[in-house]
Amino acid sequence: MATREAPPLPKTPAASGAIDAATARSWLGQMLLIRRFEEKAAELYSAGKIRGFLHLSIGEEAVSVAAIAALTEADNIVSTYREHGHALARGLPPGAVMAELYGKANGASRGRGGSMHIFDVGRRFYGGNAIVAGGLPLAVGLALADRLRPRPAITACFFGDGAVAEGEFHESLNLASLWKLPVLFLCENNYYAMGTALDRHQAETDISLKGGAYRVPSVAVDGMDVMATASAVRAAAEQVRSGAGPFLLECRTYRFRAHSMYDPELYRSKEEVEQWKRRDPIALFRARLEGGGILAAAAIEALDREARAVTDQAVAFAEAGEWEPVADLLKDVYARELPCG
Amino acid sequence: MRMTYREALRTALTEALSADPRVFLMGEDVGRYGGAYAASKGLLEQFGPDRVRDTPLSESAFVGAGIGAALGGMRPIVEVMTVNFSLLALDQVVNSAATLRHMSGGQLSVPLVVRMATGGGRQVAAQHSHSLEGWYAHVPGIRVVAPATAHDARWMLPAALREPDPVFIFEHAMLYPEEGEVGEEPGPLPLFAAAIRRPGRDVTVIAHGGSVGKALAAAEQLATEGIEAEVLDLRSLRPLDDATILESVRRCHRAVVVDEGWRSGSLSAEIASRISEGAFFELDAPVARVCSAEVPIPYPKHLEDTALPQPDGICAAVRGVLQPAQAAGAKA
Repeated sequence: MATREAPPLPKTPAASGAIDAATARSWLGQMLLIRRFEEKAAELYSAGKIRGFLHLSIGEEAVSVAAIAALTEADNIVSTYREHGHALARGLPPGAVMAELYGKANGASRGRGGSMHIFDVGRRFYGGNAIVAGGLPLAVGLALADRLRPRPAITACFFGDGAVAEGEFHESLNLASLWKLPVLFLCENNYYAMGTALDRHQAETDISLKGGAYRVPSVAVDGMDVMATASAVRAAAEQVRSGAGPFLLECRTYRFRAHSMYDPELYRSKEEVEQWKRRDPIALFRARLEGGGILAAAAIEALDREARAVTDQAVAFAEAGEWEPVADLLKDVYARELPCG
Repeated sequence: MRMTYREALRTALTEALSADPRVFLMGEDVGRYGGAYAASKGLLEQFGPDRVRDTPLSESAFVGAGIGAALGGMRPIVEVMTVNFSLLALDQVVNSAATLRHMSGGQLSVPLVVRMATGGGRQVAAQHSHSLEGWYAHVPGIRVVAPATAHDARWMLPAALREPDPVFIFEHAMLYPEEGEVGEEPGPLPLFAAAIRRPGRDVTVIAHGGSVGKALAAAEQLATEGIEAEVLDLRSLRPLDDATILESVRRCHRAVVVDEGWRSGSLSAEIASRISEGAFFELDAPVARVCSAEVPIPYPKHLEDTALPQPDGICAAVRGVLQPAQAAGAKA
C-alpha cells in the first residue's frame, strides 16, 4: 500500500453563501441523482447487468453539476469515459443513460457504446470519449465550426489530469488559443491518471499553470465546492463567450471509488481516501444549505428520495429495453450501405 | 482539357470552396506556402485565411478539429502533408472519425475529407516514402480512394465532399506533375468503382495510385511480346469493387496485384484473398503479387528503384503467371 501525502487543495477563496432555494434544490438534486444513479450502477455491475468498464464519478459530482449549469442549450459538450454525471447534469433522460449501461437498444447510443460512450446529439452532448485527451481536438473543431458558420455558442470540453500528459492536450490548447476559439477546457483533476498519481506523471503538478505556455487564461478551483466551482465556471464561460478565446479551468476533485470496477487501489492509502471523503461535495453543500437555512433537512431528504425514485425508474426503463437485433450489427458503420467493404 | 494532376486538384479545391460556404481547407502550409505539393497555391489569396487555414504541425489536433468541425456542420477538407505524418493523427482517424457514427447509435455524422500524399520514388528516404493507404483501408467507418489520373484528381474531391462519411484521398507524390486529360464532367464512374484502364484478355493487372502508370507501361511492353494484359485501376481501396475485379479475373483467368505497400499484411494480400474466395475455379495460375521490398525505403536511387514495384518486375510477374508450371517447377 502506497502512502502519500494528500494533494494540496487549491487556494481559491470559498464562494459566498448567496444561493437561492430553487438553484440549491436543482444542484443538490442533480448531485444526489448522480450519486444514487452510480451507486445503483455499481450494484447492477455486481449483479451482472452491466459489463465491460464502468467508471464512477462518485466524489466528483460537484464539477459535473456546476460546470453544466453555466452552459446554455446551444453550447456543445465533449466528455470523457467517466461521463454519467455529465450526461445526467446535461439532462439526458436517466433511463436512456441506464439503458446504455445495460447495452440495450433504448440506450442513448442504442447500446453500441455502453458506459463510456454516451451521446445525445440533440442536447449537443458529443460523448463519451474513452481515448484520454481524444476529445480535445474534437472540441476545438466544434468551436471552429461555430466560429465559421457562425453560431453563437461555446464548447465545453471535459478531460482528466491524465490527459494533460498527452500531446493532444498541448496541441489543442495551442490551436484553440492561436485561432481564439470559444473552448472552455474543463480539467477534472482527480489526482490520478488511472492509478498513477499526478506527481508521478507530471513534472509540474499545477495544471492551471500549463495554459500559460499557450496564452490560455487558467484558474484552479476547489472542485469539491459546488458553489465555488459554479462561480468559477460561470466567469470562465462568460470570458469564452465574449470572444476572448479559450479558457482552462482546473477543478480539483477526487474520486472516492475505484478507477473502474475491479481495482485493488494499491496506488493510494485508505487514509488518503478517507481524508477526501471528509470533503464529500454533497455533504459539504448539504451542510451549507441546511446551516444557512436555505433548504430544510426534510426538503433535502425529499430530494434524495426523488433521486432514488428516478434511479429506480431508470433501471426499470433499462430492464424493459430490447436488445438490438443481430441483423442490425453493421447498421450505421456508414450512412449508406455499399455492396462491399 | 489537358492539365497536371496538381492543377486538377487545385481546380477541384477552387470549385469546392466556391460552391459551398461550409467547405474550408486546413493543413500544414496549405495557405501562404501554397501547399507542400502546390495543390493549394493561390487559394489563400482567393478565399482568405478563414477558409484556407495554415495549421501548426499538430496532426492530431487539426485532423481531430476537422472531425469536430464536420460534427458541427462544416465540410472540412484537411490536408496532411504526407501519409508518413498522418500516423501522428491515427488516433483521431481510427478512434474518432471511424467510430463516431456507429458508437453513437447513428446519431453522429462525420462528413470529412482528408487528403494526403503517399508513396515513394523521389529519393526522400524512409520517413517520407511509405505507402500506408492499405492500413487506412483496413478500418471500417472510413472510405479510402486513390486517384491515379488527373481526371480522378479533379473529380474525386467533389464526390468525396458529397459523402456523409469520412473519405481519405491518397495522392501519390509522383503524380502531381503528371499531365492528363481532364473531362468537363465527372463521367459515369461512381466514386467507389474500379476502372479498366486498358482492356486485355490474358491477365488482369490490378493496381492503384502511382502503380497504375507502371502497370500500363508494363502492359505496353507485354503487348510487344503478344501478351494482352488488362490493367485495372482500383480507384477505391475501401470499399473494394469486388464485382469489377472478379469479372475481369474470370475473363482473363490470371491476376497480378501491384501494390507499393509492403507485401506482408497488405492490400495486395486482401485482393489476392478475395480473388481466391470469389474466382478460385476460374484461375489458371496462382495470383502473383508485385510489392515493395520489405525494407524502409532507402535514399539512393538504385536502391529505391529496386525496392519499389517497377514495370520490369510487373512484366516478369505476368510472364510467371502465364507459365505457372515452369514457374512452380523453377521454384521447387
